[in-house]
Amino acid sequence: MSLALIAALPFLGALLPGLMIRSGRNAASGFAAFFNFLALLGIALNTPAVLRGEVILAQFNWLPSLGLNANFRLDGLGLLFAGLILGIGLLINFYARAYLSKSDPVGQFYTYLMLFQGAMLGIVLSDNILLLLVFWEMTSLSSFLLIGYWKHLPEGRQGARMALTVTGAGGLAMIGGMLILGNIAGSYDLSVILTQKAAIQASDWYLPALILILIGAFTKSAQFPFHFWLPHAMSAPTPVSAYLHSATMVKAGLFLMARMWPVLAGTPEWFWIVATTGLVTMIMAAKIALFKDDLKALLAFSTISHLGLITMLLGYGTKAAAMAAVFHIINHATFKAALFMTAGIVDHEAHTRDITRLGGLRKLMPITFGITTIATLSMAGLPPFNGFLSKEMMLEEASHTLWLAPWAMGALATIGALFSVAYSFRFLGHTFLGPVRDDYPHTPHDPGFGLWGAPALLTVLVVVIGAAPMTSAAWLVDAATTAVTGEPAHAYIKLWHGLEPLALWMSVFAVGGGLVLFGLHQPLLALWDRTPRPEAKRIFDGIIEPFAALSRGLTGALHDGALTRYLAIGVVAIVALGAYAFDSGTHLPGTRAPTPIEIVPAFGWILLLCATLGVVVAHHNRFVSLVMLGVVGLIVSVGFAYLSAPDLALTQISVEVVTIVLLLLALNFLPKATPRESSTPRRLRDGAIAGITGLGAGGLIYALMMRDFAFPSIAGFHLANAKTGGGGTNVVNVILVDFRGYDTFGEIVVLGIAALVIFALTEAILRGGPANDRLLNWTPRAPQAGDRHPVMMVVATRMIFPIFVMVGIFIFLRGHNLPGGGFIAGLIVAIALVLQYMASGFAWAAARQKLEYHTMIGFGVLIASATGAGSWLAGRPFMTTNYTYIHLPPLEEFEVATAALFDLGVFLTVLGAVLLALSSISRIATRAGEQGSAEPLDLVPGKEEAR
Amino acid sequence: MELLVASAVGMMTAAGVYLILRQRTFPVIVGLAFLSYAVNVFIFASGRLTVDLPPILTKTALGYADPLTQALVLTAIVISFGMTAVIVMMSLGAYLESGDDRIDMTDTPEDDT
Repeated sequence: MSLALIAALPFLGALLPGLMIRSGRNAASGFAAFFNFLALLGIALNTPAVLRGEVILAQFNWLPSLGLNANFRLDGLGLLFAGLILGIGLLINFYARAYLSKSDPVGQFYTYLMLFQGAMLGIVLSDNILLLLVFWEMTSLSSFLLIGYWKHLPEGRQGARMALTVTGAGGLAMIGGMLILGNIAGSYDLSVILTQKAAIQASDWYLPALILILIGAFTKSAQFPFHFWLPHAMSAPTPVSAYLHSATMVKAGLFLMARMWPVLAGTPEWFWIVATTGLVTMIMAAKIALFKDDLKALLAFSTISHLGLITMLLGYGTKAAAMAAVFHIINHATFKAALFMTAGIVDHEAHTRDITRLGGLRKLMPITFGITTIATLSMAGLPPFNGFLSKEMMLEEASHTLWLAPWAMGALATIGALFSVAYSFRFLGHTFLGPVRDDYPHTPHDPGFGLWGAPALLTVLVVVIGAAPMTSAAWLVDAATTAVTGEPAHAYIKLWHGLEPLALWMSVFAVGGGLVLFGLHQPLLALWDRTPRPEAKRIFDGIIEPFAALSRGLTGALHDGALTRYLAIGVVAIVALGAYAFDSGTHLPGTRAPTPIEIVPAFGWILLLCATLGVVVAHHNRFVSLVMLGVVGLIVSVGFAYLSAPDLALTQISVEVVTIVLLLLALNFLPKATPRESSTPRRLRDGAIAGITGLGAGGLIYALMMRDFAFPSIAGFHLANAKTGGGGTNVVNVILVDFRGYDTFGEIVVLGIAALVIFALTEAILRGGPANDRLLNWTPRAPQAGDRHPVMMVVATRMIFPIFVMVGIFIFLRGHNLPGGGFIAGLIVAIALVLQYMASGFAWAAARQKLEYHTMIGFGVLIASATGAGSWLAGRPFMTTNYTYIHLPPLEEFEVATAALFDLGVFLTVLGAVLLALSSISRIATRAGEQGSAEPLDLVPGKEEAR
Repeated sequence: MELLVASAVGMMTAAGVYLILRQRTFPVIVGLAFLSYAVNVFIFASGRLTVDLPPILTKTALGYADPLTQALVLTAIVISFGMTAVIVMMSLGAYLESGDDRIDMTDTPEDDT
């Protein structure tokens, strides 16, 4: 399976759960799990080749000019992480299905989860560091959504924001670092960069690049001093914590350090920065974990500590340390994900995670206790579990690493391990051991398999890797270490190395000391509580708040809600820019001869002038302004007809009719007059702005019309090819449905969307609330006429209806060769239907409306796209048209083009959109108590259908 | 003719701009309708003016008007109807929801800014 496909699979899996939000948790989780499993299968299929030492590549050019290519690679390191992400992802999927409550939006959860999974998988499979950065930012965003999933909890929202701020800022730094790195190496592809060790380490820019990249890695992996966001992210649902904050996202930073290890590691800078940060983080976080009462907070600090351990090992820069780091990544993922899940089980069953309110659960929850015991002992680093193996390797490496003093590194690492033992025992002891209490918020008992199945499977791994490391894990460690170090590696892992190794005695000391600390927990806690210490959240808020206040102030000042002011500023700015451009350019006088002015058009112009002025002067009377607006529209359409644009004239005049009808209908529910509330200076100011704008627009088009085209127009091409290429003589229509069919397709989609927006707005108005109440209490302001549906008009409109439809069909059919086409035909048939609404009343017409208008829009777009796609069947590009001539004996020979089918789609969309807009107002009117007889007029006998 | 068309564009633009600077929804809608006319005629006129030369291919025609700007404007007319309809519904919804048709989100009627 291609790597690009594997990387895309989680995103495909993210698609449906969010859409199928009503189909329940099984559908959502099942769908997500299916794609998750497929991706895992894809990785598994590639595994044999990777284990043979091959690096699998899949390369696509995306933006080669920027060096950004969709290049994917799979080597041992990628295999390790992809396995973790997808394997644990599948378990989390299973666990979350049982964990989330009925009231949670499960579809959303799985969409976010799969988005995150896709982003993580993208990071570990990227061969291009710019692509990697894209995925890196996506993990920050999707984890923000996941942490804040319980939107009703303020801690969730704040935690999500803090995580996004810290990891996002780190990501920004990393972008800088990566750009420098790519610049030094001369390529943004890892395959190239990884071969450039000498050049990169010799460069003056090595240290800045290193620091920037490390800031990105440290923020993501919660290394000191950026560790504080992780405990606050624990307000996420537990499946998220187990996935993001134990197994995957926080390991992205480690992954990056491991990925860049061949070119960045091995220098003193690398050693001092990375190893020291890791060491400090490991000890500090382990100490804090000992004093945390919240189970998840304890695990969070434990995670930070273990991440520090791995960072430290990577910092050593030796091959053996890198191998220990890789091995610990596997082990930590298994036991820590299991522990998070069991913490979630305790929370789920006892309704609290507060360790001081727990204890004695081993009798009530024996299965959970068994799972937790194994995983905790592994976390403490006790034999025979996998945590012991990698901890021994760590101590071994630490014991012969020179840092400040020969013994310092070993001693400090042992202290870290000691704290680790202490908090592990506390986690186990204070939750499960001790007497059974009678004051749990909820009496706990073991949950169903759905919750304990996933952690149980992970603890099986903990035991198996611990018992038989060489058969179960060494192959993966070998492959990953080979990829990290760039040299072949062979792990030799076993439980018992005899009594000689120093690491064993360091371990013994750590376990003993840890037990002592655990025993002394009460007095130590009292001491801890008395010691003042900085509170990360307060410091963070203190830094962020001034920025937030600044941007709030700025936004408030710029966006004060005065839309008229924004518009005025916008218009003035556009005019000023235009004037500047005009002033700074050079101009020659116009050379075209003006078209002579004839008497009739001159009268039309005077009419237009009067109507326009009339609207402006009388706009307070809304009805009058509408009538005069109609006059303007008519003159414009007549003008189009005069100036050789028959299609435009037809379109404009029919649009004019429906627009005015729409505005009249809306005016029924709006105030009939605009109050005079603008002061004279303001009117003068607006008048000045309007006048200058009008002068600019008029002057510009005049200057344009008086000059010839600066470049040859492409109109000639269309004129020359309309008949031969498109099979029609109406060039405008051929352009619409053929040459520029793609544009038209986009336009009808926009029109359809606009109509659906109208539909949604109407639904929102009618759903209930103040608007709906106002409509229900609506009293018509003017007395209604006794014969609102005059018989003469009703009869006339119904008689004329079939003729209208016939004209519409005629206009549609001739459109390819003579003025007409789908747009105009749609408008004409729409007018025919609107007439029925107007003459016979909303209720009467709506009762006879069988086909829903949004269905019509849907069919229109569907037909248009199917026609476009049809050309694929003939092996041609999308929207290629074809035509032929048909001769049916009684008729003249006529030509049939696939473009006509496309035009049918246009027709249906326009018809549906226009009528949806108008009928939406009729729905509002019906709600306001507008009644029409559902029957035809009393005078009309028999059944008569409008359609 | 050019002068008439250009001055018509200028007038309609000016009327549109003046009306969209009013403080109630209805004049703003009418103003936007004016601006659509102005813009449509502007684009159309950028293909230069011709009389009696429709872009319908015949054997006897002496020449043709620019079909491209006409095609552009044709769809623009229909789309601008769609947009007008959307803002009409928005203003209707806003008025029914709040009982007020001001477009500025300030509590007091502002006279001058």
